[in-house]
Amino acid sequence: MENSVHLHYDVDGDDFTRAGEASSDVKHKLKKLNVPADAIRRIAIAMYEGEINMVVHANGGVIDVYIYADKLTMILNDVGPGIQDVSLAIQEGWSTASPEVRELGFGAGMGLPNMKRSSDEMNIETEVGVGTKITMTVYY
Amino acid sequence: MKTSTQFYHSVYLDPKYCEGCINCIKRCPTRALRVRNGMARVISQYCIDCGECIRHCPHNAKKTRRKGLETLDQFKYKVALPPPELYSQFNNVRDTNLILTALKRIGFDDVFEVSGAAELVSEETRKYVKNNKDKWPIISTHCPSVTRLIRVRFPSLVEHLLPVRSPQDVAAELARQKAVRETGLPSEDIGIFFISPCPSKIANVVDPIGLEESQIDVGLAIKDIYPKLLAALKELDEDEVEDLAISGRIGVGWGISGGESAGLFTFDYLASDGIENVINVLEDLEDEKISNQLKFIEPTACSGGCVGGTLNVENPYIATSKNHYINKDMPISVACEEDYEADYKLDFAWETPIEYIPVYQLSESITESMAKMLEREEILEDLPKLDCGSCGAPTCKTFAEDVVRGFAKKKDCIYLMRNEYKELLKRSQLLNKKKAEDREKKIEEEKKEEQKLLAGQKLMKLKMPEE
Repeated sequence: MENSVHLHYDVDGDDFTRAGEASSDVKHKLKKLNVPADAIRRIAIAMYEGEINMVVHANGGVIDVYIYADKLTMILNDVGPGIQDVSLAIQEGWSTASPEVRELGFGAGMGLPNMKRSSDEMNIETEVGVGTKITMTVYY
Repeated sequence: MKTSTQFYHSVYLDPKYCEGCINCIKRCPTRALRVRNGMARVISQYCIDCGECIRHCPHNAKKTRRKGLETLDQFKYKVALPPPELYSQFNNVRDTNLILTALKRIGFDDVFEVSGAAELVSEETRKYVKNNKDKWPIISTHCPSVTRLIRVRFPSLVEHLLPVRSPQDVAAELARQKAVRETGLPSEDIGIFFISPCPSKIANVVDPIGLEESQIDVGLAIKDIYPKLLAALKELDEDEVEDLAISGRIGVGWGISGGESAGLFTFDYLASDGIENVINVLEDLEDEKISNQLKFIEPTACSGGCVGGTLNVENPYIATSKNHYINKDMPISVACEEDYEADYKLDFAWETPIEYIPVYQLSESITESMAKMLEREEILEDLPKLDCGSCGAPTCKTFAEDVVRGFAKKKDCIYLMRNEYKELLKRSQLLNKKKAEDREKKIEEEKKEEQKLLAGQKLMKLKMPEE
């Protein structure tokens, strides 16, 4: 990889109150690099939503972030249940979150739509029973 | 002229008392403090004058730069701006006019309640919140430390800031207009004195948020005028008390956390006090984890609100209960009942907008910053991660960053230095060991040579007949 900063995060699937730590860490680092404020906001949202999904649905996973001079690419990888129907999942309001999680205000069904809205490129590779890999790029 | 990162600070160190310990560097919420050469030093662009270091310095080395009552003599006509926190410093205050009259006894010609201006600001804020739904939640800019924190650290929240002048700035402007009108004196002969609960608002007099210049001439400390005021209060007879109050529950409520929000007549608000709590709220807000059904956020750097500022006398929680006591029989709002527009030229908007100042960037360009970040991670790997503070930085991570920013050298880390010393010791021991081994070897060889020689001589003797 040419001049880039690579960050790796292991996302703990057991403690959902810690979900968001990885995206928060990335956000802090981006403020030290000269990434424009709006790009930081979009990256933080896209990554946070992906991270929460990973904890809520897939019992954790790994996130690799590659920061370049003109863009940031994040790869979210899990060995969770996979997404049955991506076209449904990406619809606003559609959610498969458990009742406990919905009680807490999550599961509004806006995760994937928010990720798509916030990133410039998004690619979902998924297989039921195997896992999910989401790649997102934000340009700045 | 102000340069963007030349922030004025009222918090300063008195070197006579500084012991070079690590208490302040550990407690600073923006990691602005370092210990160098046995003395605490501040990184100016990170400091927000929140006063945490003042609270936690066990040697009272951290102080607030300020002037005292001697400055009254510099002006012909002196007006005091008492903040609502002032009333909570005293016991059994049923009528704030007592304190306002006592102020006139200690050298002021007139008083203008900051809480009066606060009610006008509340009215203006209600309008702004109603007309700017796309900017919800709106963030209060009453606490200068919070606003200063946002402008360097939370770029995406800058547009949410309430672009309305603070009550003390509005009060100063109105008090000045009133004094000029009533005395006919030129403006420069009129001294407007704000009585401050904290260093941050005193710094704001020199370097005001949203204004080119402050209309406040001097920022005095509550605790500096308290003794004189108390003495004057004791001398005051009931029939001497003048009718000077211009505010009600809403205005006086501004002195405690949640008071400003109470003036908005909504429950859709969040009041957070204490700088660490404020930072958590702002982080969550930035990550859009806070519902935008919330209309208003009231963050104050001090616990309890302005009654918790370091220049107060009373404990902030006792002061809060006293604030309720003073408030309970007051009318909701007094200033809003008056027609200020008739007598004053009112202006609530900021003169200059607040802009994001990226003080945390590692370098001028993104490629350079990325290189520095990688360098930082490399350095961090060698550090013990003890966060011991011996290098003068609060954490190992901060120290690694200081090294790449050029603030420190890697050898400042005592742990690394100790390891280097151990390394040197080991090497020198090995060297000595080798020298000793070489010497022994040499001795062995010399012995062997001697024996050979002796054996040769014996042989010679045998061969040679006796003379």
